[in-house]
Amino acid sequence: MRIAPGEYFLQGNEACVEGAIAADVRFFAGYPITPSTEIAEGLAHRLTGKDGVFLQMEDEIACISAIIGASWGGVKAMTATSGPGFSLMQEAIGYAAMSETPIVVVNVMRGGPSTGQPTRASQGDVMQTKYGSHGDYQVIAFAPASVQEMFDLTVDAFNYAEKYRVPSFLLSDAEVGHMRGLLTVPEAINVVERKEKGLRRPDEAYDVPDDLVHPFPVFGKGHKTMITGMTHTDKSKIEPEDVKVHQELVKRLSEKILRSRKDINKWELIAPGSKTMIISYGSAALGPKEIAAKDDRIGLLRLKSLWPLPEEPIYEAARQCDQILVCEMNLGMMYWPIKRIALEAGCKRIELLSKVGGEPPTPSEVRHKLREMGAI
Amino acid sequence: MELFEFYRKDRWPHVFCPGCGIGTVMNCFYRAFNELELPLDKTAFIGGIGCSSRIPLYINSDALHTTHGRAIAFATGLRLAKPELKTVVFTGDGDLGAIGGNHFINGCRRNVDMTVICINNNIYGMTGGQASITTPHDYQSTTTPYGNKEYPFDLAEIAVAAGANYVARWTTRHVHELTRSLKAALQKKGFAFVEVVSQCPTNFGRRNKMADPTQMLEWFRQSSVRRDKTKAAEVDHVDLNLAGQITIGEFVDRNRECYEELIGVGKHG
Ligand SMILES: Cc1ncc(C[n+]2csc(CCOP(=O)(O)OP(=O)(O)O)c2C)c(N)n1
Ligand code: SF4
Ligand SMILES: [Mg+2]
Repeated sequence: MRIAPGEYFLQGNEACVEGAIAADVRFFAGYPITPSTEIAEGLAHRLTGKDGVFLQMEDEIACISAIIGASWGGVKAMTATSGPGFSLMQEAIGYAAMSETPIVVVNVMRGGPSTGQPTRASQGDVMQTKYGSHGDYQVIAFAPASVQEMFDLTVDAFNYAEKYRVPSFLLSDAEVGHMRGLLTVPEAINVVERKEKGLRRPDEAYDVPDDLVHPFPVFGKGHKTMITGMTHTDKSKIEPEDVKVHQELVKRLSEKILRSRKDINKWELIAPGSKTMIISYGSAALGPKEIAAKDDRIGLLRLKSLWPLPEEPIYEAARQCDQILVCEMNLGMMYWPIKRIALEAGCKRIELLSKVGGEPPTPSEVRHKLREMGAI
Repeated sequence: MELFEFYRKDRWPHVFCPGCGIGTVMNCFYRAFNELELPLDKTAFIGGIGCSSRIPLYINSDALHTTHGRAIAFATGLRLAKPELKTVVFTGDGDLGAIGGNHFINGCRRNVDMTVICINNNIYGMTGGQASITTPHDYQSTTTPYGNKEYPFDLAEIAVAAGANYVARWTTRHVHELTRSLKAALQKKGFAFVEVVSQCPTNFGRRNKMADPTQMLEWFRQSSVRRDKTKAAEVDHVDLNLAGQITIGEFVDRNRECYEELIGVGKHG
């Protein structure tokens, strides 16, 4: 049962649970791992069997496999994990992309590589989310920076997974997952239902043409659905040796996401047109946000979605400013694609404030860097 | 139902080699399914990766051809999300017992309602004949050119120990018994496991002086011992060697409550 409209003080991971329930999740499979465990524990309470299924599987590979299976049963399905578990899921993420299975994967990022810092925040998995499985594919990923966004963007992750038949990610981190804050649950929540084959559907939710996103043939409805991770034609015929079939399939899987960037991408803009723009996301943006709110020399582009890459807002911000500071909690990952776009937009100076170790850059650390850049 | 109502004619010819035991298993399965008059549209077929795991793609119903080793985990999700669907998994010795071993034992333990059929050809067939977890000791494969120094798993005994509701093992030489066990498995509530020791003439037989499939069937005939007639102390039935034996028969038939019943999921379908 959905949380009633109103105001609540919750933990980020708890807000994610509420968002999933609000989006109508009916199947969750998880394996304990810090700092995401509260999501599994929360959903174990909420999905009791009759109104949906909670499963604790034997490992994370089983979790993601089970949610893909559940999704073919026609229900909204999700898993939540962190670093090591996310690494184990990579093969199946590619399978979900190739088989066009809507699933939601929450990764509450912690410091890596390997076991790293189980209790501390990081943004080290942003590239893995896009490039972790083998082959060419595209995904959708959101980066919440508050308890409210843990709720809102979880709902969005489900909506976009359904709309585009694609694995969709909530890239949170230990800081956002464990912070407490205000959640305002609105009266009306936009929930997108699956574009199911053979069913009439609300047109406005599906402004994606059928040749890019095919209607979903749910199992058990006489469609004789054939799903495979091998190269296949639109009619599910396996053609692993056919050059053209492979080209068409892989290009369509990418195109359906890349062409819809404007529909998917979300961001927050503070003081656009400032001479110096900070570009950041997730908990790394908390410090920069303090500064941009107070100092009118500094603007902020906070990316709420990371994949597909929000090229347009980055380009626009870069076109209007003299210099950019990218702020993230890794040794420079989103920095490179952002720099590429900024250079294309004619911005000459693109600096990086990188902080690893488990806590977001503080406002004074950001100010220190801005001083170095001559921005303040 | 005619054979080609059950199997997809438009997928013919299939990928299997002449003389492969997979055909025998497909035939027995068709008979079992047909005799029970089960609704094909309400049965989903799930496979991992391998020759054996390809079977679902030839059946005229919903098929989920998944990743290597994980078919049981996929089937678990599908079954619990849509409990009105019967779920049947086709898998191989490598798929089920090596890379998927963890899902296999936990599948037996969790006891979600599904029928799992493992075609154990003692080899990695699809990848060209590498040793698997059931390759007999001292047998040849491309990765054991000096003979396999490891000893094989006994998949049926593992399933018994891990808690499956129904476990049987036959060979492709025992088509009637196999068909009967497939029927029992399809009717069983909970996790039902049928292992079929099968011939891969191309990649196992050829390297082990049994290039002709009939030689392998003869091997199966000679080495098979009914489970109720074995004296465990005398023979090592784990070791499927010519010198040893292939223990066949029904290993277990019990009625532990299945997971769906325990969490009340049956009702939401
Ligand atoms: C993760 C992964 N590792 C390896 C492979 C390569 N591979 C494909 S089929 C196969 C062996 C299958 O053996 P088995 O399950 O016994 O099936 P058979 O072909 O013998 O019927 C392997 C190792 C793969 N597809 N995926
Ligand atoms: S390689 Fe072996 S298992 Fe695969 S189809 Fe050929 S004979 Fe059968
Ligand atoms: Mg095999």
